[in-house]
Amino acid sequence: MTERLPSAAAPVVSVEDLTIRFTGERTVHAVNNVSLSLGQGEVLGLLGESGSGKSVTMRALMRLLPRKKAQISGRVSVAGQDVLALSDTALSDFRGKVVSMIFQEPALALDPVYTIGDQIAESVMRHEGKSRTEGMARALEMLDLVRIPSAKRRLAAYPHEMSGGMRQRAMIALALACKPKVLLADEPTTALDATVQIQILLLLRELQREMGMSVIFVTHDIGVAIEICDRVAVMYAGQIVETGSLADIVRRPIHPYPRGLLAATVHGAKRGARLETIPGTPPSLDVAPVNCSFSPRCASVQPRCREALPPRIDLGPGRFSRCILAEQSVPEPA
Amino acid sequence: MTTPLEPIADIGGAAQPLLDVKGLTKHFPIGGGLFAEKKIVRAVDDVSFQVGKGETVGIVGESGCGKSTTARLLMHLMERNSGEILFDGQLVGATFSLRELRRGMQMVFQDSYASLNPRLTIEDSIAFGPKVHGISDKAARELARDLLTKVGLRPEVFANRYPHEVSGGQRQRVNIARALALKPRLVILDEAVSALDKSVEAQVLNLLTDLKRDLGLTYLFISHDLNVVRYISDRVLVMYLGQVVELGPVDAVYDGPAHPYTRALLAAMPAMDPDERTMTPPISGDPPNPIDPPSGCRFHTRCPFAEEVCSKVVPALSPVDESGHLAACHQVIPGSGHSRAPVLEAA
Repeated sequence: MTERLPSAAAPVVSVEDLTIRFTGERTVHAVNNVSLSLGQGEVLGLLGESGSGKSVTMRALMRLLPRKKAQISGRVSVAGQDVLALSDTALSDFRGKVVSMIFQEPALALDPVYTIGDQIAESVMRHEGKSRTEGMARALEMLDLVRIPSAKRRLAAYPHEMSGGMRQRAMIALALACKPKVLLADEPTTALDATVQIQILLLLRELQREMGMSVIFVTHDIGVAIEICDRVAVMYAGQIVETGSLADIVRRPIHPYPRGLLAATVHGAKRGARLETIPGTPPSLDVAPVNCSFSPRCASVQPRCREALPPRIDLGPGRFSRCILAEQSVPEPA
Repeated sequence: MTTPLEPIADIGGAAQPLLDVKGLTKHFPIGGGLFAEKKIVRAVDDVSFQVGKGETVGIVGESGCGKSTTARLLMHLMERNSGEILFDGQLVGATFSLRELRRGMQMVFQDSYASLNPRLTIEDSIAFGPKVHGISDKAARELARDLLTKVGLRPEVFANRYPHEVSGGQRQRVNIARALALKPRLVILDEAVSALDKSVEAQVLNLLTDLKRDLGLTYLFISHDLNVVRYISDRVLVMYLGQVVELGPVDAVYDGPAHPYTRALLAAMPAMDPDERTMTPPISGDPPNPIDPPSGCRFHTRCPFAEEVCSKVVPALSPVDESGHLAACHQVIPGSGHSRAPVLEAA
């Protein structure tokens, strides 16, 4: 029994060489050789712009991608289970119990024809074999936990009867009802107003700490990542171009893409002064990358960037960069 | 023989505001079916402000605060219930036509794709307006290509493409070019950079700054992003549930917010510093529904300083200092009856 449990040091989520290609009328190389790991109780931010492959990576962790159109290769292991090899039955046990996900738009993710209480109770009944009464009791407990006012009354509410912030709280309650080991949060605050967004971020931070959950938090907003993440992986054109602790990425980024992204923030920019920009636009993903995907936009580009894929350069525990500039920053072996 | 489009003439001189909005109000009736009770959404309620020539005025607020409805009312895209909109001192009506107004005032929307005709090439989309205004096809196409260059898109590459063939940032540049095709004096930017990725957003903001300087434009910049508004605006308007709660020079408002809502909004901005994370939410709850908004000050249901007077009396926009900084809060109105209000000087 014990040998099947991952050791304390082993990551809860480990992804190796994940490559996802969508086929159909045209081919999209959405995710290219992504490797990442998530430790117990850690919050990892997946930061990137639209089309960088962050949501696709998350969906692969739950096997939510369409089977016929998505070709997935690589290894995905969550809490010791090989996710890509799970059978359909094992998969429905896995979703919600081991890994849960919350989405950007709770109005679309919740079922409009069932009450909030019913939806939470159903999940508890399905995964823990509890009765409906017990399920409803858990639902009430969860709504209290996510601080929905007059929770008892809200059990009988339908999603459309709630405001955006309340719906996102209900979505979190549903996702956490079976105490999953891993929570995948896909831009959960992007659709919310500023004063509501910060409330939800603080709630997630608190719940994560209390429940000791591991979280992957997808966002395009550096400010949001700073509020919640311990570690950050920056994605560009379907690859992780740099990863490290939050402070490393925010204060000492090496790859020109996160560097440019941080410089391009309007925060603190002087009015009238020109903003630093990254010229150009992200590449189309019609072909698999053969060289550095960022090289057409990079100010520090060198000939070898265009000749081959940039190597992964390890810069210390949990920190690497896929840029030749990192070669100068490699620490001396002790 | 067609003449190239001339910018419409300045009438009142530099001192006259380009846009003068007085008591703008828009109510949407909803429901009122056979059994349903009739309700009114007070989307914009008695909003007044001015935009000076060459100025950039920002409007910030959360969803449902009425900022986009305000923009649509200004463009005369929907009928207002009451209030006046003066463009360079003129009211749309007898002497000043809607057609002239639309030449003087153009708008860029958030959704760059939805706001372009998918069946027209980029060049055709930009040339469409000038042609309607009597420019020859050839001249309009030349103008379109010229504008594409101005917004940083090479005409030989982009002119004959369709909207779906370019990226979001490029499409928003096309929308900006189209808005400029009639040589407007005022451009309303309604969340124009909100849907763009950050690296592209900075490019478009730089473009807007350049165009404003080169073409002598005036901007009304609507956004929910406080950082962007601070960066681009000279003055800012904060809206809450259909009303202006604070208004003033951008630094005065950001450095010394007088309305508790503005303070909460500013405090809700992510910290951008890993060592200074937000520890407590500045206010709780969601903005109330603009259907049947709270009485008195509409913010009193979420305000930590609310007192009896706040739920009874609607606070007027009142001066905070001499700089033109105004706030609609009983705490700044002398003698309002709020315990934190300045005491009225005895006469």
